Amino acid sequence: MLKKKVVLNFPPHLIDQPVTYKLIQDYGVVVNILRARITPREWGSMVVELGGSPKKLEAAMGFLGELGVGVEPLAREVRWHEERCIHCTACLAPCPTHALGVDRASMTVSFDQERCIACELCLRVCPYLAIEILFD
Amino acid sequence: MAKTINEINEKIRQGRAVVFTAEEIIEVVKQKGVKQAAKEVDVVTTGTFAPMCSSGAYFNVGHANPRIKMGGGRVTINEVPAYAGFAAVDLFLGATALPEDDPRNKVFPGKFAYGGGHIIEDLVSGKDVRLTATTYGTDCYPRKILDTWIRLEDMNEAVLFNMRNAYQNYNVAVNLSDRVIYTYMGVLQPKMRNANYCTAGRLSPLLNDPLYKTIGVGTRIFLGGNTGYVVSHGTQHNPGVRRTELGVPKMGAGTLAVTGDLKKMSSRWLRGASFTGYGVTVTLGLGIPIPILDEEILRFTSVSDADIIAPVVDYSESYPNCKPEILAEVTVAQLKTGEITVGQKKVVTAGLSSYVRAREIALILKAWIKEGSFLLTEAVAALPSLDSGYAFRPLKERPWEAPKAG
Repeated sequence: MLKKKVVLNFPPHLIDQPVTYKLIQDYGVVVNILRARITPREWGSMVVELGGSPKKLEAAMGFLGELGVGVEPLAREVRWHEERCIHCTACLAPCPTHALGVDRASMTVSFDQERCIACELCLRVCPYLAIEILFD
Repeated sequence: MAKTINEINEKIRQGRAVVFTAEEIIEVVKQKGVKQAAKEVDVVTTGTFAPMCSSGAYFNVGHANPRIKMGGGRVTINEVPAYAGFAAVDLFLGATALPEDDPRNKVFPGKFAYGGGHIIEDLVSGKDVRLTATTYGTDCYPRKILDTWIRLEDMNEAVLFNMRNAYQNYNVAVNLSDRVIYTYMGVLQPKMRNANYCTAGRLSPLLNDPLYKTIGVGTRIFLGGNTGYVVSHGTQHNPGVRRTELGVPKMGAGTLAVTGDLKKMSSRWLRGASFTGYGVTVTLGLGIPIPILDEEILRFTSVSDADIIAPVVDYSESYPNCKPEILAEVTVAQLKTGEITVGQKKVVTAGLSSYVRAREIALILKAWIKEGSFLLTEAVAALPSLDSGYAFRPLKERPWEAPKAG
């Protein structure tokens, strides 16, 4: 099974459409909602992990595209500004997936976008605003 | 074989000084032994890069025409109040100062996105800041209002002046309560789900000279990317705490007051910092060279992370209520593995002090000394030491009562 983390951007007129239901029911895709923000009359957004065969995922992406849902890879949404990071390691404890990690020999912090689920727990522990999540 | 600082400086001038960082010296001593290493090594360099709240800067911004007496008036820099209780155009800005309209913790936890520490960083980066003053007029200082852009290079003096930096050892903070707490030691998860520490360990300046044998008043240091000086012991200096057999304090002990020319500093080594739910501060790079005058001093500089013990303190109850309880004692070596054990519980650790940058400072200082551009200094006076009786005391509150009428 292929897994893919994406950000879905919903135009306001789709508020009454059961998009997630259709993805699961009609396209047989496993949907794990990592984060969601849906407000009437505004663009909504949802971070999801989609799982399924490449064929099913492709069909699901086609469906989302036809509906007018914007699909972006999640990685583009999370930024670790290395030049702002001082390598203090404060962000390590809250990170549930070890996307933020440290090489213990040198104590250098690094960020692995693949592992990041955009939970935002690191945002308020970084005193240097070195981690930014662009959600809109 | 004892050396003098003059002899070491002569070798530095000739480009012959043997210098190691406080990290490197551990291995050197292991290989050569204390006796031989003390003969060969001239200087050990230290470093730390961490939030240091009791920091600030004073400025002389020059006289406007017509003149304005900011002293006794109200002054802001980028909407953050600066202290102006001095002569006409001398100001002091503290690292933890906040804009007047910052919501603080009214919506908890507050973000504290910008404040004194950030302004000092902005100035060091060469940015323009907005200076406003409102005051009363006098015959010699008629003007009452000022609102202008200003930058560091336009000021007469801009000097970092910190009353407490480089804490010798520090608490490890945990949270025993059942809610998240927001502290100057970072965000602490309930039921002791994380432990935050703040020390450069074996690279830390005062942990490499635990009895203040060489660091004293007037010591030339690395501060904010340039040279600075030790002014004196810092506030809350507390030399008489419990120590290990090697003389290393087992809790916060000595501190330093330091100063340096802000105009020559770099924002790589001076950064504004925001602690969610707590406030703002400045994170500062500081490094001190230790002259290896004898074997004892060398032995002190070979302190390893396993020799440094820090107390684990509950910041939900013990710390706010000044209870001296310690949950456990752990070594810096344990803290740096990413996990410590407190009682039966394994707790994930995270640091607030950058070990990477501390190492870089020690290496820069080493390079400066090796190339002959940084000479060592003899302390003008010693810091209060262990037998001085000097101690850090709590406030003795004597509540004010309104005078009775009649």
